[in-house]
Amino acid sequence: MTNMIEASGLVKRYKEVTALAGLDLVVPEGVVLGLLGPNGAGKTTAVSILSTLLEPDEGQAMVAGADVRKDPKAVRRLIGLSGQYAAVDEHLTGFENLDMIGRLYHLGKTKSRERARELLEVFDLTEAGDRPVKTYSGGMRRRLDLAGALVAKPPVLFLDEPSSGLDPRSRVDLWDTIRDLVKEGATLLLTTQYLEEADQLADDIVVIDHGHEIAHGTADELKTQVGGERIEVTVADVMHVTPAEEVLAAFAVGDIRIDHHSRGLTAPIAGGAPVLTQALRELDARGIVVQDVGLRRPTLDDVFLSLTGHVAEEEVESNGGRSKKPKEEELEEVSR
Amino acid sequence: MSQLMTALGDGAVVAKRNVIKIKRVPEILVFVLLSPIMFVLLFAFVFGGAIDVATGAPPEVYREFLIAGILAQTVIFGATFTGAGLADDMQKGIIDRFRSLPMARSAVLVGRTSSDVIYNGISVAIMALTGLLVGWAIRTSFLEAALGFGLLLLFAYAFSWVMAYVGLLVPSVEVINNASFMVIFPITFVSNAFVPLETLPAPLQTFAEWNPVSSLTQAVRELFGNIPPGAPEPTAWPLQNPIVYTLIWIIIIMVIFVPISIRQYRRAARR
Repeated sequence: MTNMIEASGLVKRYKEVTALAGLDLVVPEGVVLGLLGPNGAGKTTAVSILSTLLEPDEGQAMVAGADVRKDPKAVRRLIGLSGQYAAVDEHLTGFENLDMIGRLYHLGKTKSRERARELLEVFDLTEAGDRPVKTYSGGMRRRLDLAGALVAKPPVLFLDEPSSGLDPRSRVDLWDTIRDLVKEGATLLLTTQYLEEADQLADDIVVIDHGHEIAHGTADELKTQVGGERIEVTVADVMHVTPAEEVLAAFAVGDIRIDHHSRGLTAPIAGGAPVLTQALRELDARGIVVQDVGLRRPTLDDVFLSLTGHVAEEEVESNGGRSKKPKEEELEEVSR
Repeated sequence: MSQLMTALGDGAVVAKRNVIKIKRVPEILVFVLLSPIMFVLLFAFVFGGAIDVATGAPPEVYREFLIAGILAQTVIFGATFTGAGLADDMQKGIIDRFRSLPMARSAVLVGRTSSDVIYNGISVAIMALTGLLVGWAIRTSFLEAALGFGLLLLFAYAFSWVMAYVGLLVPSVEVINNASFMVIFPITFVSNAFVPLETLPAPLQTFAEWNPVSSLTQAVRELFGNIPPGAPEPTAWPLQNPIVYTLIWIIIIMVIFVPISIRQYRRAARR
């Protein structure tokens, strides 16, 4: 498999802060890489460098075989970029926006128009296609922006926080769209501060903080790295709590927590579902009636917390920070 | 050669986008045009009576004198539109999209300044009509009049590159509107646009004589035949050769501001 994105030692300094402190990234063809990090971690800077918007102070980057420093124009022909806020012209219609982008990719008049109609169809914007974008909802704008990135069917896509500012439903719809896109074989670099989003979409995740990588792996690998897998059992009869504890003790890798009041037992384990199955069989063999059972795995939030020592996103959401443009938050973070 | 054609083609695509915007949001025109119309009325009927362009001249003479100055002011104000448009594009992130596309680096600026020629053309036409209503007239040939309008639009084009550069530097549309006032007020008022230069104190008079707004106004006045009868002959070289001097300024502005604006566009970080 060839690597469609290869960056090594990327450094970008602003006056007082270092936005990127030596970042390496490798994305093989057809892979979705999630670049995960809190505000100000350097995600947008990384994407800006790879999409030729920004020159790195140090380091090299190749995108689809072209050097971002030496041949930025070749890179631009091979990439599609969709940013944090929908970069579409609100006075133009959806069709005019896509047609304009096609013309600027030099697809020619006929092909640009065809492609614009085709994409409006794919993104469920056919009806709204001839209306000015200012009449669109946030989700529609975001879809149009994403469509803009796909006009030239580029082999490499950069999506910078594609779902920031969307309501949960639009977000789930957008994820479906992105999944379909990837099925067609595009290589995708996706930045996000939503841990769930990386979990849902990315094959491979690089967690960054303060401009450098702090962890790398699949969502599963990252969760395993942190550990914290546990079985949660609720027994039907309070008399069964103690025998159940005896059974679980054989599988537990730590202390079992018992809540007599709710007849619940929580046992930390290692080994995932097979261990759960075995434990259930044992419980059954001892005649213990189980009312509820679950294997609780660590979420990426747990991963994030244990890696960075701070929670990714909750603080932003709880103080109403959503209303601000993500970029402003990021700048604030950087200038601190 | 083909690279140049691509660059021009890309510029045309961007220009088309801007023209669509003028068509869809004509309100923008209204606001930018209101102030020059107010200036015409203010100077023609309020201050005009107190300004002597030639000894003992009736008020109609001042109104005729005034319109060339107002036209020069209109195209200078029109350039603000270029800067504001670019600042707006920067703010909304569209510049980022353009910069990620394999289009010519000059296209966004060429497209913007070109579409603003149309915008300036509309403004100049409306101002000329307002002028006719207050008693202005062209007293020369069609050719000379056409040259006069051509010179106005050419200067407008060059000056819009200055504001394009400013638009790429400032952080927001609000700032550009304030910043451009700081530039536009002195250069349009310390000139012969509204008053005869003989009335200014010496240092200001020298500034005004070499101010391109004065030479543009003087050139247009000559081309329209609006020099008041009995007005003193200008003594400064720029005003004796206003067309040449204005053309020199147009070239100087373009030579400086086209490259530095394009360079600024390449580096313009998103905000």
